[in-house]
Amino acid sequence: METFVIGLSIASILFMVALGLAIIYGTMKVINLAHGEMVMIGAYVTVLATKHLGFNLYLCLPLAFLVTAGFGLVIERTVVRRLYGRLLDTLLATWGIALILQQLIRIHFGLGLFGIHIDGLGSDLQNVPVPAELQKTLYFLGANIPVYRAFIFMVALLLGAITWWLIYKTRFGSQLRAVSVARNTAAACGVNDKRVNMLAFAYGSGLAGIAGVLVSGFKTVSPDMGTPYVVDAFLVVVAGGVGHLVGTFISAGILGEVQSFVATWLNDVYGRTVLFAVVILILLFKPQGLFVSRSR
Amino acid sequence: MSHSRRTFMKTGALAAIGLAAPTILRLGGRAWAADEVPVGIMYSLTGTTAIVEKSMNQCAQMAIAEINAKGGVLGKKLRPIIEDPASEPRTYSEKARKLTIEDKVPVIFGCYTSASRKAVLPVVERRKGLLVWPTWYEGEECSKNVLYAGSAVPNQQLENSLPWLKKNLGRNKLFIVGSDYAFPRGMAKTSKTICKGIGMEVVGDEYLPLGHTEWASMVSKIGSSGADVIFSNVVGDSIVAFYRELRNQGYDFEKLPLCSSTTTEVEIKAMGPEYAKGSYVSLPYFQTVDTPQNKVFVEAFKAYAGPDAVTHAAMEAVYIGVHIWAMAAEKAGDVSPEAVVANAGGLSFDAPQGKVTIDAENLHTYLTPRIGKTRDDGLLDIVDQYPQPLLPLPYSGVGETADKRICTAKGATL
Repeated sequence: METFVIGLSIASILFMVALGLAIIYGTMKVINLAHGEMVMIGAYVTVLATKHLGFNLYLCLPLAFLVTAGFGLVIERTVVRRLYGRLLDTLLATWGIALILQQLIRIHFGLGLFGIHIDGLGSDLQNVPVPAELQKTLYFLGANIPVYRAFIFMVALLLGAITWWLIYKTRFGSQLRAVSVARNTAAACGVNDKRVNMLAFAYGSGLAGIAGVLVSGFKTVSPDMGTPYVVDAFLVVVAGGVGHLVGTFISAGILGEVQSFVATWLNDVYGRTVLFAVVILILLFKPQGLFVSRSR
Repeated sequence: MSHSRRTFMKTGALAAIGLAAPTILRLGGRAWAADEVPVGIMYSLTGTTAIVEKSMNQCAQMAIAEINAKGGVLGKKLRPIIEDPASEPRTYSEKARKLTIEDKVPVIFGCYTSASRKAVLPVVERRKGLLVWPTWYEGEECSKNVLYAGSAVPNQQLENSLPWLKKNLGRNKLFIVGSDYAFPRGMAKTSKTICKGIGMEVVGDEYLPLGHTEWASMVSKIGSSGADVIFSNVVGDSIVAFYRELRNQGYDFEKLPLCSSTTTEVEIKAMGPEYAKGSYVSLPYFQTVDTPQNKVFVEAFKAYAGPDAVTHAAMEAVYIGVHIWAMAAEKAGDVSPEAVVANAGGLSFDAPQGKVTIDAENLHTYLTPRIGKTRDDGLLDIVDQYPQPLLPLPYSGVGETADKRICTAKGATL
């Protein structure tokens, strides 16, 4: 049971990161390698806001969403927009952005050169205070469940629901779906596809930022913390079927649980190995991923 | 197109000459002023271990400044040559080569991780140089080109702590957890030898890769293993994630004590002291050691590096290393590596942790084992310490004892 809950929390983080990635890839066919850095920025927003503004972890969730969405918006407008339809170029460009963002944190956004040091930035490890009520454990169905992990799961569910509503119930959502299926036709019908791209990129980045806030509570915050998440999130997106909300949800769940159970049974190294093996198997037998959007 | 390519070639060639010029001009070699001795300082100022190594670099410079203020060594001032190996073992070996060949330094104060020491070892052995190595490590090394000054070996961290956990806390089932590389595995080996001797049961011995930050499964495994005490050899970033995960899963260090061989004041500061509160650490030095030398040392370092700076075991070892080296050179009347090594044995220094002495056989250091308990402010209360320094036995994991030495002045005989 404890193992299951740990798996759920791993899955929740994976889901939040992968969801943003799936939306971005689904809409504009851009593989965003800077996505992990959005997680990192979300975590640093938490560090800075708790240190300097006296925010608690809950308040950091919307704040980090806004800040990382802002970063996403800027990245889309300045770089990604100019590279549409050039998959390899966007891959390289976003990777470059990822490296730049890491170094910016290390050098205090360049202020370090002038001897200004902001407490909470730099290449040191950072930490975030977690509210006392989240540090407890709950006794539930014969198992001790860490409240923090349960909290992560709830946030992930909520974000999943909001995203579902956004994509399937709003005007923006139908435009988004239209653009991702047939960009030119949608544009011809009067959908401002550039605006849709921009907002999708910002929203996807924002989701990763929220994941960053949650991760900061139980992991080390450092400039290169984001990189492993891109890889994992990609596995989820690929295994779940590109551009498929339910697919991302279920594959995050499966991969999180696989990792957690194997890790408890053997250890984390085997957990990762089995995880990769499962993804390869899925791709061998279902090259399109577990779920295939019928529209294509 | 061809025009622009030609311009490119021209500028390229010019740039290449420009870049090469300093090297060409330097070909004549370095001439040092006759009244100066160049010494190498090689701690990473960038990269993953920079947090700790930066303070070691500062401490080495501080110690050198102290020696120079008292007139230097053999009437000559020490001149530090600082290199940044960027936390990369390969860069360590390059920089060590540069320091020994180009700068011709008779000694390098450097390295923090075992991986970096192993990278530097062939360089100093082949070039007959000298590395003064500070960090506590896994042992099983007996080089005559390394002065293991201030560096604790497993018996100096485990011979005191494991029996203490059994006797004072009544714990019998040990879970050993570590990062996956030489040091934690060496520590586990010695732990098992000691546990067998005192009748403690080892119920788990697990590793995760360096830098791993998902500790949930490991922590729940510790919980279900039936262990009543944890010994941690977890290193670096992982420490923070590990301690935080223990707290998140509801563990209490009063009920399930944890003793670490690696968590210094620096890591405790990084994770937030409330997460480490109540846990134990076994090291020869803590900032709270109560000696007159340590008061001076802590004050001097705060004056040197800023009021927020903490002092820690790796740093104190650097301080010991620089001073012992200077004493050995003074005694030998010569700064050459052979002369220093030949004269270092038996030298004592009143270090912040108390008296330390270099063992003439294995060039390791007699240190005072201590156990600290983490308190609210991130410093440690000393709950146990040996009355006098303990003999270093680098091969204790494979059965070395005080009467039956494996590492002697002639080298290791296994």
